[in-house]
Amino acid sequence: MPETIKKPTTIPINKGTKASRFILPFVVLLGVLLVWFLISYFHLFPAYALPSPADVARSFKEEIISGRLLNDIIASLWRVAIGFTASVILGIPLGLWLGQHAAARNAFVPMLNFFRFLSPLAWIPFAILWFHIGDKPAVFLIFMATFFPLVLATMSAVATIPKIYFRVAKDYDYKGIELLTKVTFPAVMPQIITALRVSYGIAWVVIVAAEMVGCQDGLGYGIWEARNGLRLDAAVCYMIVIGVLGMGIDRLLSQLTKLSNVRWGYER
Amino acid sequence: MNGNRSSSRLLLNKVSHGYGELPVLHNLDFAIHPGEFVVLVGPSGCGKTTLLNLLSGHIQPTSGTIEREGIIRTVYQYDGLFPWLTVSENISMGLRSVTNTALREKELQELFELIHLDGFKHHYPHELSGGMRQRAELARVLAGESDILLMDEPFSALDYQTRLRMRNELIRLLEQRPRTVVFVTHDIEEAAQLANRVLVLSNRPATICRELYIDSPRPRHLTDDSVINAMKAILKELGLHSM
Repeated sequence: MPETIKKPTTIPINKGTKASRFILPFVVLLGVLLVWFLISYFHLFPAYALPSPADVARSFKEEIISGRLLNDIIASLWRVAIGFTASVILGIPLGLWLGQHAAARNAFVPMLNFFRFLSPLAWIPFAILWFHIGDKPAVFLIFMATFFPLVLATMSAVATIPKIYFRVAKDYDYKGIELLTKVTFPAVMPQIITALRVSYGIAWVVIVAAEMVGCQDGLGYGIWEARNGLRLDAAVCYMIVIGVLGMGIDRLLSQLTKLSNVRWGYER
Repeated sequence: MNGNRSSSRLLLNKVSHGYGELPVLHNLDFAIHPGEFVVLVGPSGCGKTTLLNLLSGHIQPTSGTIEREGIIRTVYQYDGLFPWLTVSENISMGLRSVTNTALREKELQELFELIHLDGFKHHYPHELSGGMRQRAELARVLAGESDILLMDEPFSALDYQTRLRMRNELIRLLEQRPRTVVFVTHDIEEAAQLANRVLVLSNRPATICRELYIDSPRPRHLTDDSVINAMKAILKELGLHSM
């Protein structure tokens, strides 16, 4: 007796046509550029306080030709990648473990929360003192900014796994590491992907501040140097790169939500 | 192994259970025999699901003992399938003890044919209707070497027509793969159509207030005399005969 496939129970969000999803953001971008152009054209702000689009374009050209921009992009991506990966490698297993052990959760959560609410920038003096200059202090700051939210998000995801999954797992004799990898981890995958996107966002925001101290290159350092040289056109150029790269990498991470074995977490 | 094996049985000796100060089950003493289809009915909140959890071993009784023989599997009301696995992978969980890949594939194919879900092997549970999901759960518990099925209101989340179809489906599946079944429901009609034996539980703290045997062959139609008489008897026991 074949039945029809269940219709989605959630009301689909009206995403508009494919064309409108590409064209409308482009129109908004053009609008912002136009407003920016008009403000600078009519000198509503002095040129030293708000560079014109043409100045920024010239600065882009300069930074690209000199190779500085590419070098800074690679430096920042490297630091974020190392700090963030260290967070993921240590934070997710710790979150999984805490989620399964109520006593450990009770013991550690207040401390984890304490560190989560500490701005990562508060660690700057320690970062410089402990790691001096170079990649290490920035990597350390990225780690401190992303580790605690990632642990807490994973932990609360595990703590809210429906009990029924563990009962089923017991019926079918899943134990130990198999229980962790085949039940617990897949059950929290959708929430972990969301946590990864959020904490990556934090990492990308923090890298700018982290590179303003203790670094000799990187996108944050680029902005700092532009500010020191009163080159706000170069600063805007770096800001645009940071924004575009941030969006691009988030877009890559969002591809994880399209994996067929996590779709249930977004469609139910 | 299957439910006809004389080794599969459940035996409750003076079992009582409570949550803190609240007594839920009182002095239950009964046995479930191989191949039996026992339905537990009772007023809402009387402890039917608690009793099922005791039988499965997920919780331990406050007093008394439960003896279990055979492999026990549970069918849940909903959400029993792992949503991150396809229907095929979910059903394969029931075949974990089968190490021979060819044999496992053959068994899996047979189960899919049995539950008429052949075209949905690679679908995920959230892509199926409620009835299809419950059929997949039935296939999973019937897979491999299970002996006793505990069913916790497995059809109560379905619409009435699907529920009627699923009752016949369950009887058909059990004819092909006999098992011992303990079935919890609040649906008296369901109990009368499916059971060999109905245990009617009283209000909390629950005891067995009536044991009713229904001998007529299955599948039973809703209007069969045996079904109607059983329903009348259960309703009377629950104090609902005037409704």
